[in-house]
Amino acid sequence: MNTVTEIVESTAVDPNFIASVLREMGTESAALIPILQAIQERYRYLPEEALVEISRALGLSMATVYGVATFYAQFSLEPKGKYVIKVCDGTACHVRGSLPVYDAIRRKVNLVDGRSTTEDKLYTVETVSCLGACGLAPVVTINDKVYGQMTAEAIRLIIDTLEQEGITDD
Amino acid sequence: MSWLMVNGQSVVLNGEKSVLDVVRKAGIDLPTLCYHPELTIHGACRLCMVEIEGRGIVAACHTPPEAGMVISTNSAVLRRLRKMALELLLSRHDRECTSCSRSGHCSLQDLSYRFGITDLRFKQEHDKQLPIDRSSIILRDPNKCILCGECVRICGEIQGIGVYDFVHRGAKMVVDTAFGQHLAETDCVHCGQCAAICPTGALVIKPQINEAWAALNDPTKTVIIQIAPAVRVSIGEEFNLPPGQSTMGQLISALRSMGASKVFDTSFAADITVLEETKEFFQRVESGENMPQFTSCCPAWVKYAEQSYPEYLSHLSSCRSPQQMLGSLVKKHYAKELGKKPEELFMISIMPCTAKKFEASREEFTTSGVPDVDLVITTQELAHMIKEAGIDFASLPTTPPDQPFGFVTGAGVIFGVTGGVSEAVLRLGYELITEQELEDVVFSEVRGYSGLRSCELTIKDRTLRLAVVNGLANAKTLLEDLKSGKAQYDLVEVMACPGGCIGGAGQPITNVNRQVRHERGAGLYLDDKAGPVQKSQQNPAVLEVYQKWLKEPGSAEAHEALHTTYRERDARCKITQPLPGKV
Repeated sequence: MNTVTEIVESTAVDPNFIASVLREMGTESAALIPILQAIQERYRYLPEEALVEISRALGLSMATVYGVATFYAQFSLEPKGKYVIKVCDGTACHVRGSLPVYDAIRRKVNLVDGRSTTEDKLYTVETVSCLGACGLAPVVTINDKVYGQMTAEAIRLIIDTLEQEGITDD
Repeated sequence: MSWLMVNGQSVVLNGEKSVLDVVRKAGIDLPTLCYHPELTIHGACRLCMVEIEGRGIVAACHTPPEAGMVISTNSAVLRRLRKMALELLLSRHDRECTSCSRSGHCSLQDLSYRFGITDLRFKQEHDKQLPIDRSSIILRDPNKCILCGECVRICGEIQGIGVYDFVHRGAKMVVDTAFGQHLAETDCVHCGQCAAICPTGALVIKPQINEAWAALNDPTKTVIIQIAPAVRVSIGEEFNLPPGQSTMGQLISALRSMGASKVFDTSFAADITVLEETKEFFQRVESGENMPQFTSCCPAWVKYAEQSYPEYLSHLSSCRSPQQMLGSLVKKHYAKELGKKPEELFMISIMPCTAKKFEASREEFTTSGVPDVDLVITTQELAHMIKEAGIDFASLPTTPPDQPFGFVTGAGVIFGVTGGVSEAVLRLGYELITEQELEDVVFSEVRGYSGLRSCELTIKDRTLRLAVVNGLANAKTLLEDLKSGKAQYDLVEVMACPGGCIGGAGQPITNVNRQVRHERGAGLYLDDKAGPVQKSQQNPAVLEVYQKWLKEPGSAEAHEALHTTYRERDARCKITQPLPGKV
C-alpha cells in the first residue's frame, strides 16, 4: 500500500485544475463556496496557494476567502488523511455511547495531543453533530461509507480490515 | 411632511436613513460601538436598541424610519438589555485599562462608565489569551477586540484593501488577517485608519514616545524636528482648542522647551516638492511618456501602487515625500553646514500619519547608512509628550521655526488637505504656461472633500485634466477606469486617508468625524491665505537652498537628494528586487 506517496503528490496544486474549476463555476463572488467545495473534494483540504489564486480571480480579499473557508466545518485548511472517520455525536449517538467509540478509534490509530490527523496522513478522526441516521446510533462514517450500531470492538475490527484491504468500494 | 414620535416628542423626518439618525437628531445620544456614518451598517453591538410600538425591540441603526412610528429609547427593559450587551462584551475584553494606550479615548470604557457597570457578572477567561501581533507599526491585540467589524469595513470599503475579515465561527470567531499572517506580511499599507476607528485598544499605533524622549535627553545627539502641515490645525484639539485653529507657534515653543535644537516646517519641503514635481510634469507632458503623472507624497498610496498596480509605478512622480526630502536635505547637506556627521543628527518628524513611520524605515531613504528620518511620532504621540512634560500648551507663546528650512508658503501648507498638492502645482504651472504672474491663487476646482473628483482646466492654449482622490478604494476605481480607457487624465493626486493628511490616523481621535476634518482643512486654507507668500516658486528660502546645494529643479543634485525609485512587491508584499546600484 503506497498511500503516503499518493497523498504527497496530490498536495501540489495543479493550476490547470483551478483554471478549469473557475471556468466551470465562473468568477462571481457567489461562486466562492462551490469553488471551495470542488477544491476540497480534489485535495481533501484547501491548499493556501489555491485560496490565493481564487481570491485573485474573484476579486475578493484574501481575508474574506479565508473567513469563508474557516466559517464552514466542511472545509479544512490542513491536509486530511486518506481515511476520514467521522463519529456522530448527535444526541441519539451520544446517548448510545459514541464517545467510547471515538476514544477507541483515536487509540487504535495513535492520535495524541488533540490532533485530528495521523502523522502518516492515513487517518483523520473527527466528530460531527448529526448524520441523520439516529436509528443506527451510534454511527460512524469512513469516507462517506456508513457503519451503524458501532461499538469500540467493532470499529477496531473495521480499521484492521481497512489496513489489510483498503476501503471496499473506494 | 411626515413625522414620528421619539419618547413622546414628535420629530420631523427629513430623509434620514435609519431610526438611529432620527433619534440622534432628536437630541438623544443613542450609544453605538459598531456604527459609523461613512461605513455600511453592521448591526452587531446591539447597543442602539429601541422599542417601536407594534414591532418590539429592534436595532435602530438598521431600521429605516417610517412615518407614524412610536419609538421609545429609555425603557426599563431597554436599559437592562443595553447593560447586559455591554457586560457580555466586557466579559471577553482584556480590561487592563491603565496600561492600554487607548485609555481615555476608548468607547467601551466610556460606555461602561456611562452605564454604571461597576461589577461584572460574567467572569473573564484569563487563560485564553491570544498572542499580540507586533510585527508592524499597527499593533493588534485580539484580546481587546469586541468584533464590531469597523476595521474590516474601513479597510475594505474606504481603502479597498480588506486586510482583515471575520474568521472562524461562533464563540471562536475573531477578526484576523488571511491565514493569521502577521500584519507586516499582508497588503496592509499602514494608513492606520483601522486603529483610528477601533472603539477599543485592539488596534493601536506602535507607541514610540520613549524613543523620542531618549533622543531628546541624549546630550550627544542634536535633535532636529520637522512638523508636517496637518499637525498644526489638529493638535490643539488635545488641549481643548477648536479643530482648525493653527498652533504652529505654540508647537515650536513646546518642542524647544522639550529639548529640540532645531524645529523645521515640513511645508518647506512641500514647496520644494512643488518645484520638482511640476518640472517633472512638464517634462512628461513634452515627451508624452508615463502620463498621467501620479503624486507620490502619500506613503500608503506608494505601497499600494507597489503591491497592487506595479504596471503604474513608472507613472508615479519620482519625488520623495516632503518628509523624506527634508530628512535627506538635513542629513546630506545641512549636517555639513553644521560641521556634523549624519549620525550625530537625530531627526524626528511629527506627522499626522502612521504610514510615515513605515516610510522612514524604507532602505532607500538613508545617507551614509543612517536613516534620513530617525523617528516618526504622530500628532497624538506629541500631544501625549506635551502633557507628560506638564506643558500648558494653549498658553504658550508663539515662536517662529528655524532657518534655513523654516520659511514656508501657503502652497506648502495646503499639502495637508486633499486637493492641496494639485492646487500648489497649479499655482506654479499656471505661471509656467502663461509666463504671467498668477493673481488669484485659489483653484476652487480642486478643492472639496468628495473621494474622487476631476476637472478640466484650460490655461492659455493648454487643457489639463486633473483628478484628485482620497481613499484608496477610489484610487482603485480611477486606475481601473484608466486601464479600460474610460477616463483620461494628465495629473492625479492620491491621498489614502479621507480628507487627505488632516484625516490621517496619527491625528487626535476625533478624526473619525467628518465635520472635524473639514474644520482642520479650513484651518489650513486660512493659514495659506494669511501667510506672506502663497506660491512655492516665490519662497526665498527654497531659492536659496537651490542656489547653495541643488542648482535647479530636476538637476542631478536635486535627483540625488530629492527623488527615489519604486519597486514591485511579491505576493507576500515583500520587495524582491535590489535597490538600483546596490546589487
